[in-house]
Amino acid sequence: MNLHEYQAKLRFNEFGIPVPIGKVAHTPDEAYDIAKELGGLTVVKAQVHTGGRGKAGGVKVAKTPEEARQHAEAILGMDIKGHTVHKVLLDPGANIRSEIYLAVTNDRAARRPLMMASAEGGMDIEEVNRTMPEKIIRIHVDPLLGLRSYQTVALASGIDLPRELWREFNKIAFGLYRCFKESDATLCEINPLAIVEEDGEQHLKALDGKMTLDDNALGRHPKLEEMRDISEEPPEETRAREADLNYVKLDGQIGCMVNGAGLAMTTMDLTAHFGEEYGIGPANFLDVAGGAGADKVATALRIILSDDDVKTILINIFGGITRCDEVARGILAALDEVPTDLPIVIRLAGTNQEEGLKIIQDAALPNMTGAKTLNEAAQKAVEAVRGVM
Amino acid sequence: MAIMIDKDTRVIVQGITGRQGKFHTEQMINYGTNVVAGMTPGKGGEWVLGVSVFDTVARAKEATDANCSVIFVPPVFAADAILEAIDAEIELIVCISEGIPISDMMTVRARLDQSDARLVGPNCPGLLTPGQAKVGIMPGFIGMPGPVGVVSRSGTLTYEAVFALTQRGIGQSTCVGIGGDPVNGTSFIDALQMFEADPMTEKVVLIGEIGGTDEQKAADFIQKHMTKPVVAFVAGQRAPEGKTMGHAGALVEGNVGTAAEKIEKFESVGVKVASYPEEIPDLLG
Repeated sequence: MNLHEYQAKLRFNEFGIPVPIGKVAHTPDEAYDIAKELGGLTVVKAQVHTGGRGKAGGVKVAKTPEEARQHAEAILGMDIKGHTVHKVLLDPGANIRSEIYLAVTNDRAARRPLMMASAEGGMDIEEVNRTMPEKIIRIHVDPLLGLRSYQTVALASGIDLPRELWREFNKIAFGLYRCFKESDATLCEINPLAIVEEDGEQHLKALDGKMTLDDNALGRHPKLEEMRDISEEPPEETRAREADLNYVKLDGQIGCMVNGAGLAMTTMDLTAHFGEEYGIGPANFLDVAGGAGADKVATALRIILSDDDVKTILINIFGGITRCDEVARGILAALDEVPTDLPIVIRLAGTNQEEGLKIIQDAALPNMTGAKTLNEAAQKAVEAVRGVM
Repeated sequence: MAIMIDKDTRVIVQGITGRQGKFHTEQMINYGTNVVAGMTPGKGGEWVLGVSVFDTVARAKEATDANCSVIFVPPVFAADAILEAIDAEIELIVCISEGIPISDMMTVRARLDQSDARLVGPNCPGLLTPGQAKVGIMPGFIGMPGPVGVVSRSGTLTYEAVFALTQRGIGQSTCVGIGGDPVNGTSFIDALQMFEADPMTEKVVLIGEIGGTDEQKAADFIQKHMTKPVVAFVAGQRAPEGKTMGHAGALVEGNVGTAAEKIEKFESVGVKVASYPEEIPDLLG
């Protein structure tokens, strides 16, 4: 789950990281009031779960409250890479001397958290990584030891940070690591961590913030879970998440329902393979996980059918511990509950597969076809789409 | 022989009194697995399916001399269950639980690396040595004894592949589900190494998927150290970038971890790659 910039910065601040004290506006008038209250220069920033906001025109500086209102008016409702802007953050302007980058993430290959710093802040860090990887200083944190002071010194000196800022940097790095650990985050990123001048002195301030949380750990962070913005995810994905199904929307026409992630991916691959020359492919990835009982199949069917692009349904279940005849009855019961005229291809394999297929055949629903192998199922689904298109 | 488990493996079930734990304990016993003890905190002294339940892994081990434990506990308690088994010096720990926070697994992994224990999983179907024992949730009927070792990141896709082998009369030495999490215990390389050393195994099937670089590392290992032929399959060839495909580890980030990259790597070291699961038996030759 992703947090918005304003949410991430509030969270950072709880761990002692200095951030601008801004406020969120949902309307241009609110933006006007906030800008007036903040006084001076304000930065109006689109709050969406995607990068490249600046380039898309989603970040603007306002000199007056009236200008803030105008910027908010332009930015609210704007589409940035498929995300609609519903709110803007107004931050007080800062006197920026230079910008650095600081982040903690999980290095899956090294199986440890990784802290990264770079003097090239403000830029897209992936671009920095591509063009000048030596400009990113990396340290791995031993999960049993936690972050150590010598490591933050290595980062500060590695990016040639002025020495008078090392103490502040150390405090921010420790705060960010604690925030990462105690939020069960998979990413905490400050870009830029700016060197700003205030009253003739230089300080560090987190002008932007990005946090991604581990969905598996949200159960122990109810306060963070409340920050979820469901307007940021497709409605089908919200429904699937609530029903404990793994669903990813794709852009084809074959609605797939499969038990197990690996098998679901393989089903997706095969439908795309056989459908390629006709412009046909999978409409989704859907793993009904664990059991494939009538309730779960019915929920999955509802989700698949709510996607108007779906022209055919492909059900592929491997009956391991669950028997195929039980699965077949579950599918028929679910179809009673969620009727559809779309063609349905069903492939059952594993325990009692013959009995399962027989139940499907005996039901003799005009729109339903059985298949013996995975390849046959994928081919039949592609043919069915061609028939209705 | 076979690898990791056989009919003499002495198994403790952690979480035996839960619904899943109880159900699969019965399945394991019916298959012939030597389940010697159960463990659930606060339920010590009870009996489940004729198996004695203990409060701690250490006590269960002391009383039964178990050398393997299988974990069926809710994901938020799973890290603790694994750490307890490591502390009790259980040699082989198989964790079935799905959805363990990654930070928990990083801590577990760091502790595991300091110990002699082997962990399989988490988020995996476990182990099956056909005709001898199964530890975990793999359906027993899919396999038959034979010379092919199978190692996989997936669950039902493994069943699919193993079942395809069995239907063609090709038996298996051991089937190993290493799980779909980004941080786990046993890697492809660990399993390949064991299969290479196992006299019962003649050929190996490796089932990978998108995400991470474990398949690429396995390919390097095969090139340098494997004398036995390996056939591979990689799921997720059409997966979009930046979307997690069910398994926490199945995620294409940038152009890292794509199926195309993995397939190309396997082919470059002479590993045959099946285009669909039913083709695996053909390629084993």
